[in-house]
Order: sequence, then C-alpha cells, then structure tokens
Amino acid sequence: MWIYALRRLILTIPILLGVTIICFLLVQIAPGDPIQSLLPPDASEADAAALRAYYGLDKPLAVQYVVWLGKVLTGDLGMSIQVDAPVAKEVGRAFANTITLALLAVALAFVVSMILGVIAAYKSGTWIDKLFTSVAVFGISVPTFWLGVVLVIIFAVELNWLPAAGMGNSGSENFSYWRWEDFKFAIMPMIALALPPLGIMTRTTRSSVEEVLGQDFVQTLRAKGLGEMAVLRHAVKNAMPQIVAMLGLQLGYLIGGSVLVEMVFNWPGTGYLLNKAILSRDLPVLQGTILVLAASFVMINLVIDLVQSMIDPRIKRS
Amino acid sequence: MTDATSDPISFDQDADLPQAVVRGYWASVWNRLKYDYVTLFCLALIILIVLSAVFAPWLAPYDPEKSSMAYRLKPVGHDKYILGSDEQGRDILSRILYGGRVSLAMGILPVALGTIIGGIFGIIAGYYGGKVNMIIMRTMDVFFAFPSVLLAVAISGSLGGGIQNQLASLTIVFIPPLCRVAETAASQVRNMDFVDAARASGASTFSILKDHVLITVISPVLVYASTLVSASILLASGLSFLGLGVSPPTPDWGLMLSTLRQSIWVQPLVCAIPGIAILITSIAFNIVSDGLRVAMDVKS
Repeated sequence: MWIYALRRLILTIPILLGVTIICFLLVQIAPGDPIQSLLPPDASEADAAALRAYYGLDKPLAVQYVVWLGKVLTGDLGMSIQVDAPVAKEVGRAFANTITLALLAVALAFVVSMILGVIAAYKSGTWIDKLFTSVAVFGISVPTFWLGVVLVIIFAVELNWLPAAGMGNSGSENFSYWRWEDFKFAIMPMIALALPPLGIMTRTTRSSVEEVLGQDFVQTLRAKGLGEMAVLRHAVKNAMPQIVAMLGLQLGYLIGGSVLVEMVFNWPGTGYLLNKAILSRDLPVLQGTILVLAASFVMINLVIDLVQSMIDPRIKRS
Repeated sequence: MTDATSDPISFDQDADLPQAVVRGYWASVWNRLKYDYVTLFCLALIILIVLSAVFAPWLAPYDPEKSSMAYRLKPVGHDKYILGSDEQGRDILSRILYGGRVSLAMGILPVALGTIIGGIFGIIAGYYGGKVNMIIMRTMDVFFAFPSVLLAVAISGSLGGGIQNQLASLTIVFIPPLCRVAETAASQVRNMDFVDAARASGASTFSILKDHVLITVISPVLVYASTLVSASILLASGLSFLGLGVSPPTPDWGLMLSTLRQSIWVQPLVCAIPGIAILITSIAFNIVSDGLRVAMDVKS
C-alpha cells in the first residue's frame, strides 16, 4: 500500500511540472506585446528595452520560466491587471465558491445516478432501463449553459420561485448549505452543473452493476436462497470501485467545467473569474486560475487513485 | 464473423450446393445497424441538419444578418418570423439554419484534425515503443491533467476570440485522447506475427505502418472519434457563448444563445431555441456514435 502510494505520488510531480509549463506558455501564446501596452505611444526603443529588462522579459524563455516557477512555488501568482490585487487572493476566494457548488452538484449526481443506474442494470432490457438510459444520454448531450438559461426561464422568470443569479446576501464567506436564504441561490446552478456527470455516472453504474450481476457468484447467491435486495447489495458493493473512480473524475471535471454554468448564474467562482479575465484580457488572472484548477484536478485524481487502491486491493498489483 | 456453414470435408466445387453467404466486415456491421431504428433515425436527422445548413441560402426566409428595428423580439409563431426574432430584429429561423454551418463545422473539423494529428503521434508512439513512446505519451499525460472544458477555455482565452483560434484550441483538446487510443491499438499490433512476417520479408517501416498498423488502428480510433463530435459541438458552442468564437453578426448557435440571454424576461421561449438546436444535434451524434460502436463491435 505505502509503496504504491509513494510511487503514485512521485509520478504526480512531472505531471504538475508539465501543468506549470503549459500555464506559463499560455501567456506566451497570447497576441500582443505586454510591454507596448504599458508604454506611452511615443516611447523610444531604449525605454522599451529598459522596461523589458526591468520585468525580466529580455531573458531567454527558459530562464523566465524558472523565475516564474519560483514565485509560483512561494504562492505568488502575480498581480491582477484589472483590479489592483494579488491573483492568488482573488483565485482563492473564487475557488472556495466553486468547490461549494461542485460538491453539491457531485452529491446530487451521485445519488441520482446510483438510483437510476442500479435500477436500469437490474431491469436490463425493459422500458425502465430504456427510459433511464435516455435520461443519461440527455445528460451527456445537454449544453449546460443552455440548461441554466432554461432553468432561469422556468423557475425565475415564469414561476418566480428561485433567484435568477448571484449568491445571496451572505456572500462567499458566510454561505451555508443549511440556510434556505443561501441555499436557494445554489439550486439551479447545482442542477445545471450536475446533469452531465449524472449522465456519465448513470451509464458507468449501469454497465458495471450489470456486469457484476452476470457473474457466477451472483448465481450462487441466488441459489443459496438470498433475497433479491441482498443480491443487489452484493452486486453494488462489487461495482463500487469503478463507480468511486468515476465519481472522483467527475468532481475534477466539475471544478474545471463550471465556467459556463457560473457565468449563466453569476456565481462568483473560478469560472466567473475566468470569464471576467477573458473579457478584460487580464492574463495573470487567467493564468493563475487555470493553474490552480488544473493542479487541483491532478491532486483529486491522485486522491481518487489512492482511495481506490484502498477499497480494491487488486489495483496495487497492476 | 460470418454465417458460412459449408462443411469443408464434403466440399465439392461441382456439386449444386446452396451458396454459402460470406459477409465482409462492413456488410455485417450494416446488417446489425439496419435493425437499430433509433440509430438510423438519428443518422437521418444528422443528414437533415447537415443538408439544411448546407442549403441555408435557399431555405432561409430572410438574410440572417439583416436587422430590422421595427421587428425586435417577436414571439414564436409570429406572422413574419415563424421562430420569432432576436434583439436586433433578425429572423431566428434563418439564423439557426445559417448558424448550423459554423456549429457543425466546429463539431467535425476539430475532431477530424485531432484524429489525424493524434492518430499519427499515437501510431508512432505505439509502433516504435521505448523512448519515442515515453516522450510522446508523457507529453500527452500533461494535457490529461486539464479537464477538457478548462483546456479549451484556457487556450481560447489567451489566444482571444475568432474562429481560427477556436478551431486551434479544440483541436489541441482532442489530440491527446485520440493519440492514446491510437497508441493502445498500435502497440498491440506491433508484436503480432503478421507484422513480424512483414518485417522479415523486408517491408519498409513506412509500408508496415501504412498497410498493417494503420488498418488495425483505424477502426477503434474512428469509433472513438465519432463519440467526440458531440462533445466538440458542446465545447464549441460553449466557447462561442463566452464570446470566444465567431465574431458577430455571423450566426452561431452558441453566440445566439449568449446574446439572446439578455432578453429572457421579454421572450423566454425565443431565447431557448438556439440551445434546442445544439441539444438535438448533440443527442443525435451521441446516439449514432453509440450505435456505431455496438454495430462495429469495438470494445470501449
């Protein structure tokens, strides 16, 4: 177990380094010269060169990368151009809000997909199976930002039950799942965000439970007179490692994939921040946000692999 | 794979035996596909959507970019505008028809480019193995550290808007997964007897790759690529929704949804229409690729 965990941990380091390289290059591929935008139009070539030297932009790309990486490792993600604040602070605040939403969405997706997937697998081939599979296809195919708009149309515009956007008066610091005044702001974004993972997880649950139900030991369980509920419980337990792996992967995707939903609902998370950064071409914020999101996606995958190896000892050997 | 039932022992060429039906691979694929009515229906739907985008100039009742201030935000079922009009008085139906051109192209082109580039890298990595494999595949691993939406937004976001930038960023998103599928298939073929035989008989590396490896790799790669078309349509319309796609007034389903969003309090139904176009297209592509995978009997 510990050897596996250590090996997996070491394998993560080059990936994280690669992620920083890509994030560094993101700013390099952006069109336009950052120095020109800082200088008055009548500035001389010598002024430009001096400023370039001041920011270290005259050095080779590799040197610039190492200097930048050194700052990143100490938690310095640079300064936002748009609002005069450190990027790390901005991203940190937004990240907490994204996590709040992603956890809700993944919990909803998990509960619903377990129910749909297990029933569909058990009733394989019947109309119930077909109905639930169709729900899954819908979830995978639906554009989340459109679903968000439709939810707003139904529940905010027409019915006036839920607030159309924002995070409520409590704001990010005091947001509580247990207070209706706060929670009602999260309902629609949560549903819009949950549908794609719900579709994917329903499929995974259905196929892995169906596969287990076809194995010999299930026949043995039935032969020894176990009730259907108990048989199903065994089947789900055996399908669990695969489902848990999928769950973690989806949580990771939600953290990165909530850009569009957050924009529709003005949810003040990383997606919203990213969108603002894109509109105002605030490249340090763009870079910092992407870096934090990708790094956390890598870390979630690491944790999932470790958890999976704990609940399923077969994995360690491969 | 075939239904041939002739007994080899009593086989006699002159005997008047009923002809055994020997089907090729594609014939048996079609045989399975032709009873899958849902897939066939969705295939027909895709063809219809593609044709209506191609023939948009003949089908569209109005110029999709011509606005008229007198007819802004008309409801669905209006005398002049069947599907209503947008915030600048442009006909929604015409814009949906024309918008399909960009949206469909952005579903298919990035996947096609990703298949070619990813496929070539994957075949090289899988066939050569060793160091070459390590360099290519570890580089791909880094891209897997980004959720696909995030990678697309990151690249598009720093490159800025515009259709070429959108195409570039989506292609980069699809190269790594397609490369991985090609690599897996190619590394399995690499050690097979017929490849050894070809090598022993003096075939050049290029001709082995072309005649043996490519043939084996192409079917899983294409099936996998077909599953990505729907994802590409969703990603592209999402980028356009964020303003990272075509520049207005060119119609595009994602962009239409984005500009109409301001009007949900006035014409809610009209605002939902571009999204319905995206949804139907994406569902159709998903179901067809599922059907293809089952019919082609490729293990996912």
